[in-house]
Amino acid sequence: MDQFLAFTVVGLSTAAIYAVIGSGLVLTHTTAGVFNFAHGAAGMLAAFSYWQLAVGWEWPVPLALATVLLVLAPAFGLFVERVLMRPVQALGEAERLVMTVALLTGCIALARWVWDPNTARPLAPFFADRSAIRLGPASMTWHQAVTMAVAVAVAAALWFLLHRTRAGTEMRASVDDRALAGLTGADPLRAGRLAWTLGIQLAAVGGILIAPTVALDAQQLSLLIVSAYTAAVFGRLRSLPLTFLGAVVVGLLEAYLAGYLPRNDFLPGLRLAAPALLLLLALLAFPHRRLRGRDRRLVRVPLPTARGSLVFAGSVVLLAVVLVTVLTEDAIISYGAVFSLGVIALSFVPLAGFTGQISLCQLSIAGIGAVVWGHLGAHGELWALPVAVLIAAGVGALVALPALRLSGVYLALGTAAFAVILDRWVFTLPAFDVFGVRVTLFDQGSVPVTGPDLFGWHLTSPTQLLLLAAVLLALASLAVAALRRGRIGRRLIALRDSEAAFATLGGRLLGAKVAVFALSAGLAGLGGALYGMQLQTVTAEQFNLVAGLPIFLIAVIGGLGAVGTGLFAGLAFVVPTQLFAELGSWAHDLSTLLIALAGMGLAHSPAGVAPRMHAEWAKLARDRTLFRALLGVLALCWLLAATNAVNGGLALVAALVAALSLNARASARRQPAPDIPVEWWGLRRPWKPEDGEVLSRATAAS
Amino acid sequence: MGAIGGPLLELSGVRAAYDGITVLHGVDLTVDAGQVVALLGPNGAGKTTTLNVAAGVHPPSAGRLNLGGRDVSGARAGDLARSGVCLIPEGRGVFPNLSVRDNLWMMTFTGRTREEIEDAAYARFPVLGDRRTQAAGTLSGGEQQMLALARGLTTDPAVLLLDELSMGLAPLVVADLYERVADIAREGVAVLIVEQFAAAVLKIADHAAVLARGRIPWQGPPDRSLHAELSSYYLGSAP
Repeated sequence: MDQFLAFTVVGLSTAAIYAVIGSGLVLTHTTAGVFNFAHGAAGMLAAFSYWQLAVGWEWPVPLALATVLLVLAPAFGLFVERVLMRPVQALGEAERLVMTVALLTGCIALARWVWDPNTARPLAPFFADRSAIRLGPASMTWHQAVTMAVAVAVAAALWFLLHRTRAGTEMRASVDDRALAGLTGADPLRAGRLAWTLGIQLAAVGGILIAPTVALDAQQLSLLIVSAYTAAVFGRLRSLPLTFLGAVVVGLLEAYLAGYLPRNDFLPGLRLAAPALLLLLALLAFPHRRLRGRDRRLVRVPLPTARGSLVFAGSVVLLAVVLVTVLTEDAIISYGAVFSLGVIALSFVPLAGFTGQISLCQLSIAGIGAVVWGHLGAHGELWALPVAVLIAAGVGALVALPALRLSGVYLALGTAAFAVILDRWVFTLPAFDVFGVRVTLFDQGSVPVTGPDLFGWHLTSPTQLLLLAAVLLALASLAVAALRRGRIGRRLIALRDSEAAFATLGGRLLGAKVAVFALSAGLAGLGGALYGMQLQTVTAEQFNLVAGLPIFLIAVIGGLGAVGTGLFAGLAFVVPTQLFAELGSWAHDLSTLLIALAGMGLAHSPAGVAPRMHAEWAKLARDRTLFRALLGVLALCWLLAATNAVNGGLALVAALVAALSLNARASARRQPAPDIPVEWWGLRRPWKPEDGEVLSRATAAS
Repeated sequence: MGAIGGPLLELSGVRAAYDGITVLHGVDLTVDAGQVVALLGPNGAGKTTTLNVAAGVHPPSAGRLNLGGRDVSGARAGDLARSGVCLIPEGRGVFPNLSVRDNLWMMTFTGRTREEIEDAAYARFPVLGDRRTQAAGTLSGGEQQMLALARGLTTDPAVLLLDELSMGLAPLVVADLYERVADIAREGVAVLIVEQFAAAVLKIADHAAVLARGRIPWQGPPDRSLHAELSSYYLGSAP
């Protein structure tokens, strides 16, 4: 009984922190209309800043607290509102979601970059010198008491703000209908600023309170938020009392699991994954209204031509050939990931681009593909590759079943929870038997992965694996392009545009969603197997949620609807990392930070970079003379670099300069003005002042 | 508010465009205090855009907007609302997730207290008083439109802009709502009504304007000649 009380006290104090963080989430959601994935990351940054001030620079605690909570957190909130959220306010829900994912990735990378993750940073609890408060048989530390008091105060203050002040009502009104709020004399910008300032402050309070009880680790702190997400989902992202109730449920559950769960090899991961499991259950169990907003503007999905797709696939293979002839052995190993990660990124295209289903667990599914291939194809048995793809597809279909009930942000949350369950629990399991079949995953360590046996050839060298990955990426791109051009692609896009209309036109939602999830999971699994072959050994960490976020971001930047996104994502992910690698070990964080920053620039090109590049270079491709010149220059550069006559970097620069100048030349070539029929004047081109005159003359003449 | 003599709301040579596509090609329109002007026209003529320009929701690309003799072109919606322009937008102009009371609370921006607003609204629409704690989104269509119209009644606007008040409502409810609008106009408010279904609004209108393809080709008193004009624009036989 004493033990039970002790666990209850621990659980309630964690619950208090989740409640504070969760209420911040609810606040930004109800008042700014954004589900902030980076909420926990903001709290994490606050905890690190607090550590820097209070411990690193030895400022007095009250001063450090005041600086973080009253200066840094509001400043960060205003920055987020002004720089990140306002530009995407007019875009859709998905774009706002991507912004917060970019912010999450950026915050983690920034924290790792600034504060070396290998140094321990202990943070003392508040009032550590005072003796604990006795509560009958149990005791409560002052830190725990302060935490609970803060939670109660926050709850009361927030409720008062939202329901008893006009500013709070104005904030809620702005979410309901921004334009209408403007008509009632409200300033939606002010409401948004207030919402973000308060939300980030609440995250900071939560981060500082929780940091002393766990290790100060960027990734772990940012993902502690999963528990707070669960609390917020209990409150259906709207109700503060229910959020507090959810926080109590999650906090107590975690404490009791920690205390009473039997100790064996299978269950410790379950304890870590419990909040994510609970989140998934809460998402499925609670009916939730769709997020509102009339700004649901969908990005057009580009339609590739058959010839264009073939040319693209050919250039993918050609690029691979160029790479293997020009690069050194070491560089081939590092650049091999361009094509395998490209396949993983391509898996977002049918799912998120065509069908509009945002999944954050694609890399985790890729991990399943890698590990299945690693075990079954341990000696390169070729049949194991389709099996790995099929198993990954099966897992994807499994994800699709709950996805039927979820959409938008809720689906993203659900798939993120699934990824967390995989990397905290399933991937950490030792080998186990299911119905007599022995299932081995990462086996609590690493799994060796080898290349496949292709018609008697055992592909093991980096060169062979790079070429294999490139050929498969080319084939996968062709398949996705064919899907887009065909009837199925049109149906998927119809589903994205309106599920109701799709169903009334005789489409089957269940079948279509399960199929597209399975298809994209199969692609991800194939990519994962290829990636594993290049890595030679794989561990669970390489496929966790946080590792997957940058790939998702790059795919979004590339343009989720464009088939070229696969190659683009591979290049954009691998090349900067390799270029920075020479600078030092923090290069990885720097390139992730760059990716996050690029993601934040999404508002300027919502359709993605790949379609834009296609549009910019199409003119050159159509201009026969210039295009031949370009091919000639590229071939020359390649030849010089391959024969080591010229340094590879120099050849690359020369090729780039030639390509850019030829492209500039192509776009400068004067195109004859296209003949626009009279009835389209003012629509396809601007209405000119002299048009009226021209028209009346024409009518008079006839 | 209210200017002595001269029109209260005046649009002159207003042009407006969406993403480079011009929708209004120079609209001239005036509404005097106490006057009800009906703006009629087929789909896509630019009626809603005209109202949005008048309320500051959509910025005009050219032309002037005068309010009580003052040039307010380019002013923001919130500022215009505070200086007496009240737009009840198309659809239900209410905050669906806020309770009726909170919706009314949002109408206190002109300086009247919350209690005054509530008393005035419940006096005009007793049914709202019975539903004061209910979320506005759960009210019936007519009740929501009443709540939206309450903003026009309780904030003492100088100019009331109504967009498709009749949309989705039964004819009886529409007739009742337009009676209330006529009452508001009798108190000296300039009322500009956009409507697809001309019959309902012409019973209370003093003046009518036909908007077609971004221009006003005809305006005048709502008599028989208007009906001929209208049918030609709706049926497409106009030049």
